Amino acid sequence: MMRLPTFAWRTPRDAGEVVRILAGEGPSAAVLAGGTDLLPNMKRRHQLPATLVSLSRVQGLREVALEGFVRLGAGVTLRALERRADLRQRLPALHHAVTQISTPVLRNMGTLGGNVCLDTRCNYYNQNYEWRRAIHFCLKCEGDTCWTAPSSSICWAVNSSDTVPVLIALDARVHLLGPAGERVLPILDLFGEDGIQYLTKRPDELLTGVEIPDQGTARSTYRKVRRRGAFDFPVAACAVRLRHEGDRVAEARIVLNAVGPRPVLCEEAGALLEGRALDDEAVEAAAQAASRRAKPLDNTDHLAMWRKQVLKVEVRRALEALRG
Amino acid sequence: MAEDPSVPPARGITRRALFQGAGAAAAARALLGATPAGAEEGPAATPWRTQGPGAVDVALRVNGAERTLRVEPRVTLLEALRLDLDLTGAKPVCDRSQCGACTVWLDGRTVHACSVLAVEAEGREVTTVEGLGQPGRLHPVQRAFVEEDALQCGFCTPGLVMSVAWAVAQHGPGLSEAQVRRACAGNLCRCGTYPHVLKAALKAAGQGG
Repeated sequence: MMRLPTFAWRTPRDAGEVVRILAGEGPSAAVLAGGTDLLPNMKRRHQLPATLVSLSRVQGLREVALEGFVRLGAGVTLRALERRADLRQRLPALHHAVTQISTPVLRNMGTLGGNVCLDTRCNYYNQNYEWRRAIHFCLKCEGDTCWTAPSSSICWAVNSSDTVPVLIALDARVHLLGPAGERVLPILDLFGEDGIQYLTKRPDELLTGVEIPDQGTARSTYRKVRRRGAFDFPVAACAVRLRHEGDRVAEARIVLNAVGPRPVLCEEAGALLEGRALDDEAVEAAAQAASRRAKPLDNTDHLAMWRKQVLKVEVRRALEALRG
Repeated sequence: MAEDPSVPPARGITRRALFQGAGAAAAARALLGATPAGAEEGPAATPWRTQGPGAVDVALRVNGAERTLRVEPRVTLLEALRLDLDLTGAKPVCDRSQCGACTVWLDGRTVHACSVLAVEAEGREVTTVEGLGQPGRLHPVQRAFVEEDALQCGFCTPGLVMSVAWAVAQHGPGLSEAQVRRACAGNLCRCGTYPHVLKAALKAAGQGG
């Protein structure tokens, strides 16, 4: 068995206590929610926190409110979201994305907050300690070279969350609680350009929840590409939200994920559609423009070139699914 | 696997400080002037509990029985079940939530015991394959696995049994093929017994398992 490294375990009862502990411990503490990402990573010595701050006893993080603004607590399990018929009816794209995460067993364990904060992934990183030592480690963890792009000064590990691209398309905002209080930011701003510091959340901040504005007449969809029909992280993904006025597109938000450290909001592809009917020509132009924004590298399953090609097809299919 | 790989000395708080282990952790705490966690900080000092890194007492409810054990917080539920409680039904295979051989129930839902801390299972109901049924009084799913020859080397079997029994418990006699496939999506079998597992699941559900 791979033993976990040693750590102190703390069980605060509310979010304020979590933040006070995080502020005291600094970056040597890590937050433990479902454990499905963090604990396997700790076994492989990706993270060696001196303290684990458990959310298992924390009250108030499992809220699901679907009136007006949708508010989802960070601690709500993916299974709980999957079982909400009202979420499926209200935000079908988000519900669908949740059902696409890994397996039922892992959805029983994992939380929404954990999926939003999911560590970035890379073939040179998600390996055991000995494997990584044999290649002198990589930039993301203990090494000096990004083996995906050896001349790069940043890490290219991939954001592999299924919920994040949908939440960006839905214009969601995240609530972060820190020592100075709460701040609320558009979820896209939660993500940085570097696969190491992939979150702009400070180490003493806790993600407490996500809020999603009323979608009005807008409709959304999510498409995920992976090798197996279950279990796998996306190797290419897109989420699209469209709002029609009459037979014209009034607003289009096209988001790509699993093609780099940061999810990509394709403003120019969306702008191409606005004011136009969603005919084949418009769809093709938008899919083309969106896929130009994808810069996948060969650090996940499947070839990077194929992922880029297939992403164009997936954007096209997503737009076609939102016709009429 | 090495217990604690040697780590380079800390160079202050860098973006990689988090990954540099105890050295950097201590340095970070010193820089921030914070109280280190651990035994020296008694429960009275703070309103929240701090335990470890040394062994702590844990009360688990496993297969309906209260079991107390003393484990470090880093001990997983799988390690505690197998090494402290001699319940070796759940298997350590990948040990990183990728194979499902360690699947048990926590409060009646399937989880990977390799990715749950034993201390986090306190106050919750743990059910292992041993708790599902024993020779002589097998659970309908276990019996159906035998009757349908749904195992070969047997390493994935305890996990698959737990996932199938969960699906049967949820859906009852109306259990569909698709629901079985979904419930077992987290359980890998390299012998390829899946078709027989599917038959066993439908049989057990039909028998009111």
